[in-house]
Amino acid sequence: MRSSKSRSRFIFLCVAPAVILFFLFMVMPTLNVFRMSLFERGAYSPTETFVGLSNFKTLFKDVKFITSMQNTILLIVTVTIVTFFFAIVFAAILTREKLRGQNFFRIIFYIPNILSVVVIAGIFSAIYKPDTTGMLNNIFTLLSGRDVVVLWKSQPMVIVSVILAMIWQAIGYYMVMYMASMAAVPLDLYESASLDGAGRLSQFFEITLPLIWTNIRTTLTFFIISTINMAFLFVKSMVAPGMSDVALSFMYNQKDAGLYGYAMAAGVIIFLFSFTLSAVVNQATKRDVLQM
Amino acid sequence: MTKKKTSLDTLYKAFIYVMLITLAVTIIVPVGWVFMASVKQNSEFYGNPWALPATLYWQNFVDAWNAASMGSYMLNSVIVTAISLALLLVVALPAAYCLSRFRFRGGKFLNTCFMAGLFINVNYIVVPIFLMLRDWDSWINYFFRQTFFLNNLFVLAVVYASTALPFTIYLLTGYFATLPHDFEEAAYIDGAGYGRTMVRIIFPMAQPSIITIILFNFLSFWNEYIISMTLMSSAAGLKTLPVGLLNLMQAQQSKAEFGIMYAGLVLVMLPTLILYICVQKKLTQGMTVGGLKG
Repeated sequence: MRSSKSRSRFIFLCVAPAVILFFLFMVMPTLNVFRMSLFERGAYSPTETFVGLSNFKTLFKDVKFITSMQNTILLIVTVTIVTFFFAIVFAAILTREKLRGQNFFRIIFYIPNILSVVVIAGIFSAIYKPDTTGMLNNIFTLLSGRDVVVLWKSQPMVIVSVILAMIWQAIGYYMVMYMASMAAVPLDLYESASLDGAGRLSQFFEITLPLIWTNIRTTLTFFIISTINMAFLFVKSMVAPGMSDVALSFMYNQKDAGLYGYAMAAGVIIFLFSFTLSAVVNQATKRDVLQM
Repeated sequence: MTKKKTSLDTLYKAFIYVMLITLAVTIIVPVGWVFMASVKQNSEFYGNPWALPATLYWQNFVDAWNAASMGSYMLNSVIVTAISLALLLVVALPAAYCLSRFRFRGGKFLNTCFMAGLFINVNYIVVPIFLMLRDWDSWINYFFRQTFFLNNLFVLAVVYASTALPFTIYLLTGYFATLPHDFEEAAYIDGAGYGRTMVRIIFPMAQPSIITIILFNFLSFWNEYIISMTLMSSAAGLKTLPVGLLNLMQAQQSKAEFGIMYAGLVLVMLPTLILYICVQKKLTQGMTVGGLKG
């Protein structure tokens, strides 16, 4: 029989490195976000003074923060609705219909997801170029027969531009997610439904949607969390500084200005916001799960 | 009646194809356009954007590689991605193995901790990580008169690997838990130790999920730019490819050397595109197993 001492030593050696790295670079920084939000910290010295909730009080009066939160909410709502609609429609088409080039479409639709957001920002800078040599302006010019110059990356169009780019990036990812769960729906359900005379639409609403409901709920949480994060990546790489901000880019700007405590207070609010919103949506979409 | 139905069916099919092709075009055209633009000369960017390049102006790539330092950024990205992938595997594999197949005191608690880590996003904690490393730097600067932690590719790789731990361990423990215990028992009876059993018997069996992990983390490390931008902030510092590209794009707004910028874009996306074409089946399958990202 093996000694329990060598067993514990083995387990310790295996687990310790992961625990140390996880603690050092994830747990500590997370705790620090909450702790530092209560402090004022010098821009270049590690001295900290306790200021209680005053960072939060300033935050709620900061017009820029409120605007950035409004932008974030707008992005969450629009990106979620449009992406969800297209992703689920395309997923249903690609799993249910017999089409040529099914594989080809799936491969193409997923491409935006493997590109760096910086690359996407570069691609969209060519699309949104603010003269008639920009792709989008050029198409409108060709269609309308006169010069159309929309300043896509300036106010007020900038937020629409960010939304379009984010949807472009996200559709393929969610489509593949929905396709996987749709593939698990047993085919004989559809067969008996069509024998009963149910058309495509009613099959979709009566069979597909209820049976993948659990998956849809999970992705709704993803939508909220990842839109908050992706919006930051898109704005930071695509939008000129100061043009338009979302929640996390506001936080990052405060860090650049050396207001670390203030930045972390914003981080706490954004985190609590995303957590609460996910919980509310999760609760609101609760249904009795249909068994397959 | 049947005639009418089939004509409606054709109409429906046609509509579906139009929709699918439209979406495919909105993806293929901009990406393809960037490839085309990367071999255009600068003067061509002031005319019709849909015109084909007059000549294949490869000089853009030479300029991007040398003058815009994309070559050295590429090297940095390769180094960081390779180190962080290696480190991640060395750290996460044994930990996931023990957490999923041994019962020990604190094991459940650690599992819960790593699960909770799935909800910590790096965008929130990048500022505290930066400050922590800067404080460490000022400590060792005080004692040894040099800095170490910021602007260091290896430290960046450690941060990448650490922040990828929860997702990786989550995926691996899920896979290890499905393997039957007989394998280990047989190995123990044959006299193999714990470490030997793990490395020789279990890890080879986990190969499919290890490949999934390498794919996903390769893409996320290669494409990442927020942590890299924050931790490698010195002006002359070692930039990774996406950060270098971001700087190049911002410089273009005043200098307007479009060809070089698009050549840089191609350099960043080409490795991921090639990898994707080779393993796309595995990637989309693996995604549904993990089912978490972003």
